[in-house]
Amino acid sequence: MQGGSLSTLIWLPILGGALVLALGDSRIALARWVALATAIANFVLSVPLYTGFDTTTAAFQFVEQTPWIPALDATYHLGVDGIALPLVLLTTLVTIPVVIAGWTVIEKRVAQYFAAFLMMEGLMVGVFLALDALLFYFFWEAMLIPMFLIIGIWGGPRRVYATLKFFLFTFLGSIFMLVALIYMYLQAGSYDIVALQELPLSFDEQFWIFLAFFAAFAVKIPMFPVHTWLPDAHVEAPTGGSVVLAAIMLKMGGYGFLRFALPIAPDAARELDALVIALSLIAVVYIGFVALVQTDMKKLIAYSSIAHMGFVTLGCFLAFDIATQTGPLAGAGMGIDGAMVQMVSHGLISAALFLCVGVMYDRLHSREISAYGGVINRMPIFGAFMVLFAMANSGLPGTSGFVGEFLVIIASFKVNFWYAFLAAMTLILGAAYTLWLVKRVIFGPVGNDRVANLEDLNGREFFVLAVLAVGVLLLGLWPAPLLEVTQPSVQHLVEQITTSKLP
Amino acid sequence: MTPILNVASLAPALPEIYLTAAICLVLLADVFAGAAARRLTPTLTLLVIGVGAALTLQYAQVGQTMTLFSGMYIADPLATLLKLLTMLLVAVALLYSRHFLETRGLLKGEYYVLSLTAMLGIFAIISAGSLLTLYIGIELLSLSLYALVAFDRDSGIAAESAMKYFVLGAIASGCLLYGMSLVYGLTGTLLLNEIAVGLQGPLSLGLIMGVVFLVVGVAFKFGGVPFHMWVPDVYHGAPTSVTLLVATAPKIASFALAFRLFAEGLGNTAETWIQMLTIVAVLSALLGNVIAIAQTNLKRMLAYSAIGNVGFILFGFVAGTEQGYEAALYYTVVYVLMALGAFGAMLLAGARGFEADEIEHYKGLHARDPLLALILMALMFSFAGVPPLVGFWAKLQIFQVLWESGRVALIVFAAAVSVVGLFYYLRIVKILYFDSPGELPVPERHGGVRLALGLNALAVVLLGLFPQTLIELCVRALETG
Repeated sequence: MQGGSLSTLIWLPILGGALVLALGDSRIALARWVALATAIANFVLSVPLYTGFDTTTAAFQFVEQTPWIPALDATYHLGVDGIALPLVLLTTLVTIPVVIAGWTVIEKRVAQYFAAFLMMEGLMVGVFLALDALLFYFFWEAMLIPMFLIIGIWGGPRRVYATLKFFLFTFLGSIFMLVALIYMYLQAGSYDIVALQELPLSFDEQFWIFLAFFAAFAVKIPMFPVHTWLPDAHVEAPTGGSVVLAAIMLKMGGYGFLRFALPIAPDAARELDALVIALSLIAVVYIGFVALVQTDMKKLIAYSSIAHMGFVTLGCFLAFDIATQTGPLAGAGMGIDGAMVQMVSHGLISAALFLCVGVMYDRLHSREISAYGGVINRMPIFGAFMVLFAMANSGLPGTSGFVGEFLVIIASFKVNFWYAFLAAMTLILGAAYTLWLVKRVIFGPVGNDRVANLEDLNGREFFVLAVLAVGVLLLGLWPAPLLEVTQPSVQHLVEQITTSKLP
Repeated sequence: MTPILNVASLAPALPEIYLTAAICLVLLADVFAGAAARRLTPTLTLLVIGVGAALTLQYAQVGQTMTLFSGMYIADPLATLLKLLTMLLVAVALLYSRHFLETRGLLKGEYYVLSLTAMLGIFAIISAGSLLTLYIGIELLSLSLYALVAFDRDSGIAAESAMKYFVLGAIASGCLLYGMSLVYGLTGTLLLNEIAVGLQGPLSLGLIMGVVFLVVGVAFKFGGVPFHMWVPDVYHGAPTSVTLLVATAPKIASFALAFRLFAEGLGNTAETWIQMLTIVAVLSALLGNVIAIAQTNLKRMLAYSAIGNVGFILFGFVAGTEQGYEAALYYTVVYVLMALGAFGAMLLAGARGFEADEIEHYKGLHARDPLLALILMALMFSFAGVPPLVGFWAKLQIFQVLWESGRVALIVFAAAVSVVGLFYYLRIVKILYFDSPGELPVPERHGGVRLALGLNALAVVLLGLFPQTLIELCVRALETG
């Protein structure tokens, strides 16, 4: 693959979005096709990253570097490793269903809708590709603008509250990360991420830097107790917004932990890992119970997302305890492997579940569970998809949901039985809230007249759900291609975090 | 000090000499052209400024610091940069305002002449080498602005705000003059570079008093808390085109005033004034951003936003290093660029008989005028310091210089205040994009001005994507200073 391609993945959708915006609502048919073509082209262009990826090295690949702001020593530096690659592919893949799902459903300001999603895609890819901390922050914050507009313009009744909360929460978390980045820049003389990872820091420095990162990433992922913006944002966002939020934006928190917090401040992370593990387990168990009592389908899936992301943080921070118990390298990466799989898998499953809710919402304009019942009688194909994704969400073997959770639970067994016990609660709770949801919505006798008049999936909806279903099954049955890609980088990461930075 | 031997050696002072002559020309042209040629003055003024910028670029550029008129006048790269910038700001502001003035019967020659004299005052401040020059510049600028604020003579609120501005401004000038006289009395010189030499070692009580009054005067001119009371009233009361003028170019003057006075004249007593400026900066950033939340009038909101931003500019001075001044300069330039766009958009959002100055007048602007809404949104995100817009780099540099000078508490404070500020800027975006327009009128379209405003907003985006040029410009301007 030639140089310049990583930039293409970022700027093609942004320029495509600008073109769609310029075409406007008056030439909307064309604008739609331009949007779809851009999304597909970007996915196709991202595939060579995978096929050309060298799985024997943890080094960054396809690197691009040009000066950007010499006055601030910031460079335009891009590259992928095994941690970024799956997330980049997830981003470019998920944008296609998002565009298709909004095809006719969005009725007002359609061009702006597609433009916002395309631009956001570019910015999100930028977050995963940036190897310069300032560039990373640039994309990280810029991405908030389109999401703010998406929730605010196309959202539900309480959209203004939800979108302001979303923006303020994430901005508050991130600005302290910026402060920490500037501090490290002044120490290292460069914003280069690798240089920052190698920067020697005293324990006190690491402690504060870790907290700054923690503020940014814990809000983003989101962890208990700073998760409260997510249910609001999810409920009010349009379907596409929820999909992107759940499938990709949450993953940035996990990515941030793996790229910044852990390797830059390993000693502080080791000191504080009990705290993070405790919060993760609370997320898994407590939020699981919270999900159980929801009456709004989107809210239920939102809480389920928080519980599932608890696995990601749990997996990331188990590495320290495993390393002290079983020696530095043997199996310490298993938790992080699990976290990676969980991120990709949850990206597919949550995207699919939100799309399923979107399908029903478009027909009945209600997200209340009680407004449905016996949907399968009228929509058998849709019902089948919904059941599949629900099973995947509750971690059924054979689906991608199983692999990630299983790896993390095994990893936690190595540390402490009770960690594993609490983590494994998800198998019960996840199954309980998801399957109960399915039971109430999909099965049973036809609930009311409006359900009785439902029509099954149209071609577009079928295509979108089928693509995601294939992904979920493929990853569940054969996760090796994903693990192969992540393994060297995870191994490298484990070496980094188990080597103390202290003198 | 270069002795004046011939006319050519006056070249560094060309901008002022030219402008003084040009003001007379515009005044005379306006008088003799009479009412029939009302259109002449605005065009002539823009032409005058354009030629002035060209002459400055061609003849008045200096490689290093030069002093003229026995040290009263300084020509350095910083002065050239700031003067060019001022000319750009005033020219664009007048361009934006023309239609506004026309529809409100304010299109009179005096408006343009007063704008030019204000500009001359700013030039004098920028190039001031002595306390006297500074004071003359400040008075020239202030008196022009008082008259401009009261320009709409039939408007009660404009007259009231002009009165407030005048009285408070007079007090500020008094403070400044008193401080200057103390410094003069205790150092025996008016020249800033000699004051810098004279002020070695521990300060006497009298000098500390002098510095206190100077800080008060500068804080007044900047509009820093607790000397900010005039800002919201003047922004609110003045015709929007005058608010545009008051909110932009004089900020450059305030920066120049603070830089010449504190960094150059009182550089050796930095500890003293840094302490005082820290208080002003913290209070400004806090009060400006918090009170802005409660505003229902967009002009008042932007006034409090200006106060908040002044706090950030002063943070650059608080750092007290060359990088700090550079960050403050960059912040000032970026801020005036954004303020120019924001008030320019306000001028365009109005219509005949409809002053768009309440926040709710902007409801659903996206449906009435998509371009204007897009421009305002970009500016709001830029004010809030969200990348990819240029306001982000301004905040970043302030954070950086505060880290460099080890003021951790101030950084945490500045970061927290930025989040507070974000809220009211987002509220404007919400009004623009999420609300429905209702019965509000559609703004009139004026092609040329919209193009200029579009370029202004585009600059905010492009300077955000490629910030290197402007940062380098600011660094260079201060390097040899």
